[in-house]
Amino acid sequence: MENTLITKYLLKHPSVLIFLGVLALFTLSVVILAEGFGMGLISTSFVKTLGKTLCLCIIAIAMDLVWGFCGILSLGHFAFFALGGYMIGMWLMFARTKLIVLDAAQNLPLPLTPTEISEAVGTQIFGVVGGAEIPAIWAFADLFWVQLALVVLVPGLLALVFGWLAFRSRVNGVYLSILTQAMTLALALYLFQNDSGLRGNNGLSGLQNIPGFDAVPQALISIWFFIASAAALGFIYLAAYAVVSSKLGNIIRGIRDNEARVRFLGYNVESYKLFVFVLTAIIAAVAGALYYPQAGIINPAELAPIASIYLAVWVAIGGRGRLYGAVIGAAFVSLLSSYFTGGQAPDIPFGFATLRWTEWWLVLLGLSFVAVTLYAPKGIGGLIDHLNRKGSA
Amino acid sequence: MTQLLHVDNISVAFDGFKAINGLSFDIARAELRAIIGPNGAGKTTFMDIVTGKTRPDSGDVRWGDKGVSLLRRTEAQIVQLGIGRKFQKPTVFESQSVHDNLLMALANNRNPFSVLSYKSSQNDIDRIEALVGQINLQDQLAALAGELSHGQKQWLEIGMLLAQDPQLLLVDEPAAGMTAPERAVTVNLLKELAQTRAVVVVEHDMEFIRQLECRITVLHEGAVLAEGQIDFVMQNQDVIDVYLGR
Repeated sequence: MENTLITKYLLKHPSVLIFLGVLALFTLSVVILAEGFGMGLISTSFVKTLGKTLCLCIIAIAMDLVWGFCGILSLGHFAFFALGGYMIGMWLMFARTKLIVLDAAQNLPLPLTPTEISEAVGTQIFGVVGGAEIPAIWAFADLFWVQLALVVLVPGLLALVFGWLAFRSRVNGVYLSILTQAMTLALALYLFQNDSGLRGNNGLSGLQNIPGFDAVPQALISIWFFIASAAALGFIYLAAYAVVSSKLGNIIRGIRDNEARVRFLGYNVESYKLFVFVLTAIIAAVAGALYYPQAGIINPAELAPIASIYLAVWVAIGGRGRLYGAVIGAAFVSLLSSYFTGGQAPDIPFGFATLRWTEWWLVLLGLSFVAVTLYAPKGIGGLIDHLNRKGSA
Repeated sequence: MTQLLHVDNISVAFDGFKAINGLSFDIARAELRAIIGPNGAGKTTFMDIVTGKTRPDSGDVRWGDKGVSLLRRTEAQIVQLGIGRKFQKPTVFESQSVHDNLLMALANNRNPFSVLSYKSSQNDIDRIEALVGQINLQDQLAALAGELSHGQKQWLEIGMLLAQDPQLLLVDEPAAGMTAPERAVTVNLLKELAQTRAVVVVEHDMEFIRQLECRITVLHEGAVLAEGQIDFVMQNQDVIDVYLGR
């Protein structure tokens, strides 16, 4: 029954079917080509890059929902992404350090008391910022399920409070964008402080090591995270599609196109904006919680205002208001960015000057953003729509 | 004749300019009323106050049998009480179909969570069928609202107001930009609607107002200058001086 419903749904919405099919095929081929189970043609570090890219596609879907569909240009969604990463990172780091401490204590004549364990863990984690006490916000760091719930709860609550204050005062347009930038900047500056309880500018590290799975090689762990990221992307795409094709989707597009009309149809516009803002913050947080174990490290620089601006650039280039556009934009631009800024791209000599990609990539990205905004406001997704119409005509 | 809307001595000033200055009048349950007046007479500000967009400095606006005040309510709450507003420019959701435009306007639960889980019902389908018949858009149900002609957009917006089933319709310049045949259809539509509810039309076009054959309120400098049937108003010396004489 359940199955036939889903099959029927997919047949009625071929674009979702195509998306999920391409994603499944891509996932399968990476698994086969990677070191973990398969042929070893793709290095573990590249599997991690691909897995991280899938997470960026997830936050791009969130950005498209909030900006492309609801018209709220949030330039702060990376704050929610990083907070999700911090919440899962606390468990990863705490649980693993505790295992190491207990392991080292095995040869001692007397077992460690809980206070001694907590002191040893505290020194290990917070020695770098000159402390040994475990801050209060780490109270649940040993409890996986609580910390997992916090991945959703902390960014969700921040979005709820911030959104409630901003939307209630009817802050709109560029003023709201500036406010979201201020939010992410304030949070980053706070986290940079050593006494913030999250290790200041050191951030959380060693996140690629999963507590209790030390014996499992990274080649395998990277594949599991890659598959988990792909599954999350597929699920969130499906959920986001269901939202935008519901009546709620009509209303948030209405808010984007003509807020006053929606208001005078009797809808409380603020509660719709808040709903979308919190929903997308949670999606971003889930993406972050999957991203940082693959990155291995998280620090406050991840919340820099520029990160959220890049997110807007990806979605604009991919095509706003089309979920697949956001995914294509994020995948395409972020992979190109890491290629060109990673130093692997060969420099192009022009005789009188040399084009160094590491220096010029940002300029090119900026120019292409301007070009897309001016000449192709529908982005890559618009191109696909165009080809589609030509094909069916 | 029971009163539906009672506007009681409202005033509002913007930066010292008195947009509305001690305005009072009543609208009955089923009546067609035209409001005219030169630019700056306070016609749009009056609508803003009734629909909750602007708060008056003094005075009160009371609604219905119980005489509840509208001043402390949000726009959305006022709409849900039964007041629909049509803007001067046709404002429909151009990137969505006529069907979806009307669906959003239907008087259903407006809570985000119930909207998210909304499923189309036979009752709603029938309501939309009836509405497109009423506003002459039977053949455009699946068309994008942005593809409609100017006049058709005006009708669609009126249809969206009707979908909410309001007791009072505030209609700002419905005839603007319409062709002569479209105007005739609009006049009939407004007259028909006023059989069962109150309709207030703000309009510049005297010929259009003549066709409405209704009671007219003339505003000037934020207050009522004259009120009555068209011939009475047209012969009023004050009205001729400030408005018709030019």
